[in-house]
Amino acid sequence: MSGTFTLDGREIPFEPGQTVMQAALAAGVFVPHLCYHPEFRPHGSCKLCTMKVNGRPATSCTLPAATGMEVESDTAEINDKRRMLIQMLLVEGNHFCPSCEKSGNCKLQALGYALGVMTPHFTHFFPDRPVDASHPDMLLDFNRCILCELCIRASAEVDQKNVFALSGRGMKKHLIVNAESGRLADTDFAPTDKAAEVCPVGVILRKRRGFAVPIGKRTYDLKPITEQVERFMPVTPATKEKVR
Amino acid sequence: MQILRETQEALGWLSPETITAIAKGVGWPRAKVEGTAGFYSFFHTQPLGRYRVLWSDNVTDRMLGNRDLMQAMCRKLWLEPGRVSEDGLVSVDTTSCTGMCDQGPAVLVNYRAVTRMNPERVAQMADLIRAEVPVAEWPAEWFRIQDNVRRADILLNNAMKPGEALQARTPDPTAVLDEIKKSGLRGRGGAGFAAGLKWEACRDAPGDERYVVCNADEGEPGTFKDRVLLTRQADLVFEGMTVAAYAIGARKGYLYLRGEYRYLLEPLKSVLATRRDAGLLGADILGRRGFDFDIEVHLGAGAYVCGEESALIESLEGKRGVPRNRPPYPVTAGFLGKPTVVNNVETFAAAALIAAKGGDWYRGIGTAKSAGTKLLSVSGDVARPGIYEYPFGVTIADVLADAGAVETQAVQVSGPSGICVADNEFGRRIAFEDIPTAGAFMVFDRSRDMFEVARNFAQFFAHESCGFCTPCRVGTTILKNLMDKIGDGHGTQADISEIFQVSRVLQMAAHCGLGHTAPHPLLDTIEKFRPAYERRLKSLDFEPAFDLDGALAQARQMTGRDDLAAHLENAE
Repeated sequence: MSGTFTLDGREIPFEPGQTVMQAALAAGVFVPHLCYHPEFRPHGSCKLCTMKVNGRPATSCTLPAATGMEVESDTAEINDKRRMLIQMLLVEGNHFCPSCEKSGNCKLQALGYALGVMTPHFTHFFPDRPVDASHPDMLLDFNRCILCELCIRASAEVDQKNVFALSGRGMKKHLIVNAESGRLADTDFAPTDKAAEVCPVGVILRKRRGFAVPIGKRTYDLKPITEQVERFMPVTPATKEKVR
Repeated sequence: MQILRETQEALGWLSPETITAIAKGVGWPRAKVEGTAGFYSFFHTQPLGRYRVLWSDNVTDRMLGNRDLMQAMCRKLWLEPGRVSEDGLVSVDTTSCTGMCDQGPAVLVNYRAVTRMNPERVAQMADLIRAEVPVAEWPAEWFRIQDNVRRADILLNNAMKPGEALQARTPDPTAVLDEIKKSGLRGRGGAGFAAGLKWEACRDAPGDERYVVCNADEGEPGTFKDRVLLTRQADLVFEGMTVAAYAIGARKGYLYLRGEYRYLLEPLKSVLATRRDAGLLGADILGRRGFDFDIEVHLGAGAYVCGEESALIESLEGKRGVPRNRPPYPVTAGFLGKPTVVNNVETFAAAALIAAKGGDWYRGIGTAKSAGTKLLSVSGDVARPGIYEYPFGVTIADVLADAGAVETQAVQVSGPSGICVADNEFGRRIAFEDIPTAGAFMVFDRSRDMFEVARNFAQFFAHESCGFCTPCRVGTTILKNLMDKIGDGHGTQADISEIFQVSRVLQMAAHCGLGHTAPHPLLDTIEKFRPAYERRLKSLDFEPAFDLDGALAQARQMTGRDDLAAHLENAE
């Protein structure tokens, strides 16, 4: 069923089957997110897209849009919580932007800027997460993993390989690869896989390709992520053209 | 999961090679099997000793001295908690509440429950382990679980014969459903959703198959009523499931039994076998053509979050127990994507009674919005811990009097995710209109430190968060760390306000009830027992979380020194 709802006072049209977030993005309204990707089914784990729908909190990337909903998103109260979620992710892993190859192309960093994260605020957990450099062409730096599961979904749904999965629970939850040895080199992962390009942060990196684009000239260096909503619009031929 | 469990029971642990072999056998990607094994506390992908002793670490166990007993056991075995002995013989660790709070302190030894631990038992157990006596040859008395039924009403007093509820109604599924609706029966797992509406929604959902699932993953600390129901009234529970199957048209049911109740698996299987022999399960039940239904028991493996119904379904499917995105709800897309009714053990038992005696009869018991009776699992500072069945509407004060509680400071109703009730509220009632509960009723007298109670609960939630969503995964650990900081004497007012801030993020953004309720015990106790916090706080506005003494602990241990704060003296 198509219809409209209001988002921060603005009327947003939606198509049948669209979620609140998809409709908002399609209408050109930026919604903070990390685990969402326009080419994959919504996941609902990072919770950055949390909004208030008719006064009640909801995960907008998984909530089907319905006519007459009154949705709040870009408010001080909600952005406060979002900022804190970013800070939680920053202390949970080991994130050192100045030395990270993904700096400037990293969604976590870009959202940190967008939401005004000035400090990590919480005490760092400093987890011990060894890197996996076993693969000849790819590097896995688990220190930066935010557990969005995009690589898992890409490898399962697009590459049909199931290279990645999760193990552990709670704070011990972590990314694993599909090999008895636990090493990426012993999987059938390839640099051409879809899973090699979906990481929103700096976990899955190509070897020998460091700093090809200098810092300062990268995606989110040029324009804040909030002004690049076309990158995240639901995939249609028209939006593909825009992103290019 | 049953393959993982049985393999582990045979081999001791799940080695990388074992996981590869299981993955090949079931046709799953290897990493997915490893992911399942890694999710549950009771599966190990590392060898953890031929004897694994897990001390239940609910606050009620702590009040009975489990920490000292565990330390004593570790000393006798030359062990550190959480570490495997050098010879690979034994490991000793803690685990979340094992549902034996009425007879603690409790342990699980190789996942078999032993209750009423005391210094003598600890000493004997350590000797048996060192002598490598198989657990099967240990004193049978240790494994005896008491039911401790202190007050019985319609559920626990019923003397129905197996099959009576199934025979009572005319052969008409709609009539059965109508009685359930008429009865006003609400789910006993805590949320209190109307059972009749749930069943009806499931019956009306499009699908070629339907499932009935009984949630016996009784993980809420302080709750043990399902343990007793499944011990004494298993037939009634299975009968209730069969009634539900008849009403909605399901042919298959599962009872999801928490891993801590492993010892109930064989008795329950034998009840099922007896029912099959009596024609109460299987094909053409009671001779009614086409009334086919059977039940399987699925054993969990130590994950509280699987009590959430969609996580439970994921777990039934052999996956990591992570709550699903909703909608769709299980009544339309549950087990294997098919319409599924998930209800609590007690709900099914009540449903069987209603099918036999009618909805009007049931509705007449309890209060206006809470029909029937409720089983309370009473533990803590009471003379008579155990199971108390009351019609809804009973006051906290009445329960306390019956259980022989004196000098009561507070009651934690419905476990850590429930509500902490202070003594000025003891006139409040157990009912959906006032204080709803899944059944836990933990009593604390005036000698107890309510801060330590809340800290125990904070540790519990951090341990049991499934880790799916950011706020709960990280937030529960931050809350635990803040409570530890305050508990260690480094807390300030800033940390209290930090608890409030983090709590608001959890309540707003968490994926499921675990995250939404995790802050409750902290917020409740800060509000009602503020002095328990205040006396630990420093007068400073802020103190950094970095603790130099803590950071030096490892160095002190390596050099064999026990001179806490010695670095301060040296500096002078």
